Amino acid sequence: MLKQMEGSVAVAEAVALARPEVICAYPITPQTHIVEGLGELVKAGKLQNCEYINVESEFAALSVGIGSSSAGARTYTATASQGILYMAEAVYNASGMGLPIVMTVGNRAIGAPINIWNDQTDSMSMRDAGWIQLFCETNQEAVDVHIQAFKIAETLNVPVMVCMDGFILTHAYERIDMPEQAQVDQFLPPFNPRQVLDPAHPVSMGAMVGPEAFTEVRYLAHHRQLQALEVIPKIAAEYNAIVGRDNGGLISTYQTEDAETLIISLGSVIGTIKDVIDDRRAGGEKIGCVAIRSFRPFPIAAIREACSKAKRVVVLEKCFAVGLGGMVASNVRMALATQPLPVYNVIAGLGGRPITQKSLHKLFDQAAADSLEGLHFLDLNHEIIERELERERLEGCSGAVAENILRGIGAVAASKV
Amino acid sequence: MFQVRIHGRGGQGAVSGAEMLSVAAFLEDKHAQAFPSFGSERMGAPVVAFCRIDNKEIRSREPVLEPDALLVQDPSLFNSVDVFAGLKRDGYLIINTTKTLEQLGIEEAASKLAPGRVWTVPATELAIQHVGRPSPNAGMIAALARACDGVLALDSVIAAIRKKFPGKVGEANVAAAQAAFDSAKATQSSQ
Repeated sequence: MLKQMEGSVAVAEAVALARPEVICAYPITPQTHIVEGLGELVKAGKLQNCEYINVESEFAALSVGIGSSSAGARTYTATASQGILYMAEAVYNASGMGLPIVMTVGNRAIGAPINIWNDQTDSMSMRDAGWIQLFCETNQEAVDVHIQAFKIAETLNVPVMVCMDGFILTHAYERIDMPEQAQVDQFLPPFNPRQVLDPAHPVSMGAMVGPEAFTEVRYLAHHRQLQALEVIPKIAAEYNAIVGRDNGGLISTYQTEDAETLIISLGSVIGTIKDVIDDRRAGGEKIGCVAIRSFRPFPIAAIREACSKAKRVVVLEKCFAVGLGGMVASNVRMALATQPLPVYNVIAGLGGRPITQKSLHKLFDQAAADSLEGLHFLDLNHEIIERELERERLEGCSGAVAENILRGIGAVAASKV
Repeated sequence: MFQVRIHGRGGQGAVSGAEMLSVAAFLEDKHAQAFPSFGSERMGAPVVAFCRIDNKEIRSREPVLEPDALLVQDPSLFNSVDVFAGLKRDGYLIINTTKTLEQLGIEEAASKLAPGRVWTVPATELAIQHVGRPSPNAGMIAALARACDGVLALDSVIAAIRKKFPGKVGEANVAAAQAAFDSAKATQSSQ
């Protein structure tokens, strides 16, 4: 059914269609509307056989989720930013114990300096925690991927993190085609847990494993992620057969067939990139893009194939490993190690800085001319940086960087569009 | 594509205004995307919200940098925010005010726009009268339906208001919107 609705509310409805039995979450911007929406559905009796548990922190939220999933309940939570850091230990435990929890991350920057706006550093901080990570381009995709996430998780006994750009998607109103309950019921059978906590049949879960077997446990976790490379597209096809939308899979491609320049990115910026590609295609440039939907497992073969005819690759990402460069680009370079083509890394949209078509055109001009540096920061304001470096050179006790810069650019500028 | 940027202050319903515009467009079988410029959510702080309307899927996620219509819910923002940024010559400017452009001090900026593009509407006064609260958003989007002929029908805007605010509050906002539609007027162009 077509509706015009907020991304967060759409995700809440989609999660409800998957009939979760326990929802446990702690509010944090920009994810809050999702769990508020689910809370309302439970309270109104529209989502039945579901216990909505209020807790005191993100650590507690996922810890309760670990308990409920262990007990055999289909379990959902959501978080963002500092929230996912606060639950970090439980994030690793959920995957280590093989619990098929689904968690939304409303992607937001990590402080300090505190910043409520969008980038993807939060999800990326947990990229190696053993969860499957799926990034969404649109709210329609977020709806479809959330429903698929439960089936992927329960098929593999691996938790799935569905990542959607905070505010840009979570707070955007757009057209959503919401699947019918009957379709979702047909697609997603009831959760059949591999093991259930049952007082009548006591078991030990979360045992200590020593050097004699720890590597093997980790290897099997990797093995399951490799299986996911097969399972994720298969489940997307099953979903498409029932719901009629091909929103899923490891990657999606746009105008890549004859593309000499390939842009690789993930999340909502793909839409803006597609518009820019159309403009440039009209001018005769052979350019296309690849959206990475599954960042974990990392689809090495799919990316290698998509890039097989390209002359250059630009990896544009909303996250940054200080002291190295982009996390996505590092992974792409690994995938393309045997293909001798330049991979330019562009860091963009950190802390909510808009990624504009104008800036992308300028960037792609530089890429086409192969004049980009290996690591490029989109729209970096060199004046601000020079001013601060100069201050540090001149003053012994120059103060804190963030506050100095804010004073320099003025409070009004900080609150502008 | 028709792009709208709404400037308001926290508490004036700018974000809800953009949302209702997108619902109105949806009801006309159009594609629409509404989103806020996300800042600290506090009463009185400058707020910006955006809405794009098109006949095909809207993919771009950048803020509305070159609006076809600019809705200014609080004219005091002219003094502190670069409200006119990116407004094209044939773009529409719709201001919530009972004052003249001279009194607002924006005569020069407004004169750069094509004739018939600058509109004023006493949306706050009408909201107080009909809703009992100084929430100008329903009136502002109704004024947009009047000023930007052919973009959205008033009926769609009213249906969107009823969806957002069911019951008595909705009917009060519909009355404010109808009154704003009727009383919105194009200012005399000096050109």
